[in-house]
Amino acid sequence: MKIGILCSLIRKEEKLLFDEFRRRDLEFIRIDDRELILDLHQRQWDFDVILERSINHSRALHTLKYLNDCGIKTVNTYDVANTCGDKLLTTLALIREGVPTPKVSVAYTPESALQAIEQLGYPVVLKPAVGSWGRLLSKVNDRDAAEALLEHKETLGSYHHSTYYIQAYVEKRGRDIRSFVVGDETICAIYRTSQHWITNTARGGIASNCPVTPDLNEISVRAAKAVGGGIVAIDIFETPEGLLVNEVNYTMEFRNSIDTTGVNIPAKVVDYVLEVAGR
Amino acid sequence: MALCTECEAEIVLDASTEIGEIIQCPDCGLDLEVLSVQPPELAPAPEEEEDWGE
Repeated sequence: MKIGILCSLIRKEEKLLFDEFRRRDLEFIRIDDRELILDLHQRQWDFDVILERSINHSRALHTLKYLNDCGIKTVNTYDVANTCGDKLLTTLALIREGVPTPKVSVAYTPESALQAIEQLGYPVVLKPAVGSWGRLLSKVNDRDAAEALLEHKETLGSYHHSTYYIQAYVEKRGRDIRSFVVGDETICAIYRTSQHWITNTARGGIASNCPVTPDLNEISVRAAKAVGGGIVAIDIFETPEGLLVNEVNYTMEFRNSIDTTGVNIPAKVVDYVLEVAGR
Repeated sequence: MALCTECEAEIVLDASTEIGEIIQCPDCGLDLEVLSVQPPELAPAPEEEEDWGE
């Protein structure tokens, strides 16, 4: 079996995955996206499966599209990466499949964005449609802040920031849930606790075990299927009305969640990669 | 052994170090990318880009 791993910089997660493949005496070829030259006319790629672990969304996205067009099986697929890599597309997929998610409006000018913010009601959260690790998230508490932020985005932001993704603020009482879905199963979940409204572990959120209840499993798997399935991490808010899916991540980081949950996440990932290769 | 590109501290790579891994200089704290394990070679780690993440 010929297995490839698309990556560049090696995080703790990639090391754990390499270790798991080696533990099983499974050979793999590292494909460094920084050295990659894709001859788009050349369609012969001799791999049974390629696991995508690139730190750059744009490189992952384009390479997955090319590989899938060449008939190569990938984990995850281009369609999943495309949907999860763009918060607007993720929200649309969740809404289309009836998965509960916070209210979102999108606007394209500062004027219409301000109108959309006022319609949603303060506070709101503005997010870049493409971005991760809680970067450039803004909680907007009032009109003064909204006007200042929109002016800054228009003046200083790249064109990515001219699509205003505006989400109703959800009071999460100091924590949210990150669940990990592999195929049809929620393999584990963590609470991410922080005194800050941004609870990403990349921003200092503390991980603790979260039991996978039937409700949590159901909404997690539904969210995963809505974006196309595979191996994904779901960010979930707890509200008095029930669970709401905030975001879905397609190249999930899990270093803080193995000891916390007692689940061997790299082993589950490798199992799934082998299953896809054998299909 | 390799030298930190900033402060020239002597850095010994762990046996499990991977090419492409980011390590931190124990002396000055600079993030360094491992370019080669045998022989050890280090370079300043790339700056975080807008589309980095998970």
